[in-house]
Amino acid sequence: MSTPDATTAGMNAINREWRRFTFEQRFIRFAFYFIAVAALVMSLRHIEFIPEFLYDAPAQVQDFFARMWPMDTAYYGKSVHDALIETLNIATLGTLLSILLAVPVGMLAANNLVPFAPLNYFAKLILVSSRSVNSLVWALLFIAVFGPGALAGTLAIAFRSIGFVGKLFGEALEECQRGPIEALTAVGAPKASVFTKGYWPQVKPAFWSIALFRWDINVRESAVLGLVGAGGIGMAMDTAQNLFRWDQVAVVLLTIFVVVILAELIVTYIRKKVL
Amino acid sequence: MTTLPRNPFPVNWPARFGWLALAAYVVWAAAQLDFTWSRFVSGLDNAQRFLSRMFPPNFSGDKWEMIVKGLTESLEIAIIASAIGIIIALPIGLMSARNLSPVWISWPARLVIALCRSFHPVIVAIIFVKAVGFGAIAGIGALVIASIGFISKLFAEAIEEISLKQVEAVRASGASFFNVLTYGVLPQVFGRFLGFCTYQLDSNLRNSTMVGIVGAGGVGGTLFAAFQRFDYDFVLAILISIISLIFAGEILSNILRAVFLDNKTISGWFGKGTSTTTVAKRGEEE
Amino acid sequence: MTDRSLKIRGLVKEYKRGVPVLKGIDLDIAGDGITAIIGPSGTGKSTLIRCINRLVEPTSGQILFQGMDLAQLKGAELRAARRRIGMVFQEYNLVERLTVMENVLTGRLGYMTAFKAWLRKFPPSDIEEAYSLLDTVGLANFANQRADSLSGGQRQRVGIARAVMQHPEILLADEPTSSLDPKTSVEIMELMADLAGKRNIPVVVNIHNVELAKRFCGRMIGMTGGKVVFDGDPSALTDANLKEIYGGENWIE
Repeated sequence: MSTPDATTAGMNAINREWRRFTFEQRFIRFAFYFIAVAALVMSLRHIEFIPEFLYDAPAQVQDFFARMWPMDTAYYGKSVHDALIETLNIATLGTLLSILLAVPVGMLAANNLVPFAPLNYFAKLILVSSRSVNSLVWALLFIAVFGPGALAGTLAIAFRSIGFVGKLFGEALEECQRGPIEALTAVGAPKASVFTKGYWPQVKPAFWSIALFRWDINVRESAVLGLVGAGGIGMAMDTAQNLFRWDQVAVVLLTIFVVVILAELIVTYIRKKVL
Repeated sequence: MTTLPRNPFPVNWPARFGWLALAAYVVWAAAQLDFTWSRFVSGLDNAQRFLSRMFPPNFSGDKWEMIVKGLTESLEIAIIASAIGIIIALPIGLMSARNLSPVWISWPARLVIALCRSFHPVIVAIIFVKAVGFGAIAGIGALVIASIGFISKLFAEAIEEISLKQVEAVRASGASFFNVLTYGVLPQVFGRFLGFCTYQLDSNLRNSTMVGIVGAGGVGGTLFAAFQRFDYDFVLAILISIISLIFAGEILSNILRAVFLDNKTISGWFGKGTSTTTVAKRGEEE
Repeated sequence: MTDRSLKIRGLVKEYKRGVPVLKGIDLDIAGDGITAIIGPSGTGKSTLIRCINRLVEPTSGQILFQGMDLAQLKGAELRAARRRIGMVFQEYNLVERLTVMENVLTGRLGYMTAFKAWLRKFPPSDIEEAYSLLDTVGLANFANQRADSLSGGQRQRVGIARAVMQHPEILLADEPTSSLDPKTSVEIMELMADLAGKRNIPVVVNIHNVELAKRFCGRMIGMTGGKVVFDGDPSALTDANLKEIYGGENWIE
């Protein structure tokens, strides 16, 4: 096929080698890949690994499931049901409390609402600390303070959620359009009114979807709090497990599974219908 | 047309009722969980003692060694679990994306994801401890499951949101399935995928500090033991170490994103070079 | 040179059962020159073009090209056929996060193994050709910019370069100028006519702008309601024909 562009191509033939990245870009990417692989290899070599345990695993798993069946369905009425209600209450109250605590922190973190960098950083520090500590660890802390039970669990859920809710709420605030806010400021509205009439309508959908999403996560989280003594269905599981009653553990697991699926369905439904 | 007086601020009765119901629920649930003022006050008393025993954090010789040993194991668990989890999650996520996969592939894949997601890593860890015994392997297993559930789901959602027009163009050139993936699909989702992976590494790190509580390795076991011995100054030392490690991880993942998504270079950070995106944006303005 | 003509026989496409969008199209397209397809929106012009390279699955009928029935191809055979059919899209359909160069080289993907494509190991001759095409379309300095940083006209130039990069034996263009301003539209049509003319590639183009079509195309096909109602020289296209194709007459000046 004749290529009339051949002459032009010939003229510009110098410096025509094409690379996707510059040398520096390739070098830094390669460095990252290298570090990632090196970290993985080192971890694999260093980690404590007892092969005998692995040989045993299939038999153990089989044994585990064999002991689960038939399930001790009577256990549901005896212990699981009340514990389940407690779990749901912990999740819901914990989410509500976290919203109360997180909204002011999120507002402080939003740079357009509070144009003062040190305060923004302070708020962000609170949010990161809240997220870095696991809910089980929060639970242990609150158990040390308030003793075992649902109170410690609720506070653990609430404190663990502040970081999540506050971060997303703060980001939603920062994404607000300036127009309506400027208009309100221009008519001389007080700060509180600027917030309720300028910012709030814009972040309202995001707010509710964050709250629902977190509630969904908290249902899962609150199910395990009982393992360290912070109330809820996890306690029923812990008891059964300590007695090696796997047929009862199975009931608890099934209950958690059903509740988690239901919670997700509810949240999806509400998001679709209402938001 | 109605002649009723117009009301610019109609009362939203369902919303009011909702708030009332919520308030009633809070009162009822608080009573159910036995939240009382006196418990709260006595708790505050405890808190004071608790906090005073926490300070100063105990980083002394042998304690520090325990922290380092535990955190190293947690880090290793997180790295290995993330690597395995990501490798398995990639194909599962792709299979469950409904715009690229036929129903008979996407449905089973979605089922796998739902199963992986429905149990908390700690519960999965308990099952793994039963299967493979106490130690890091159980922790890795639990976090692999969690990673598969999380990354596949978000990856599938990201793929479902891509522009099919771009894919169509690559397909029209006669490219094979894999070439369509690498040129039409991957460029569109790579940034988000990288985000999920760094987030998952981060989240695995946090969770790996926790699975130790049920005996699945890592610093969690040390932490739990310290709690049970009321060794609160050691508890605080461990917590500070965990938070610092996670903080460092977050900084690292920010750098990673800058390098891979904005094509940042070292000189770019010192203000000499310009990244391709900034050049690109300038090109658009011209 | 191989025969580049295209024969369409009894092409029917139903998106919903019993509701055909294309109601039995018969067309012979010669192996050179530009053929325009005009017609109102929703009349199946796009569907017709997309049936040819099977981005849309035809319900029945034959599309004969170089002794194959494109409508019957599957898998590797279909991909091999697609390599020889270039396509230019209305909304350019560039992969936005890839660079201009990568987008042009996409035209060679049909010839690349997955591994080499992943590593961007294109043969030097391909890269050379891509550069000279970018010179031709006037975008050589944009090679390493991301496609989403370009303007509409620039993107369509890349789209054309990508299609030509395939060394196509026929070029399909699905409303290549509908998203562009009038001046750029003319430039794009000129570029396409020029490139295709020099390489002897027949072009089938869907187009809304009748004047533009008359200016560049040697043959006009008017479609309405999923059927061909006009087929002939642009000079033979009368207002009466246009009225039949588009319906109404107030829009004709």
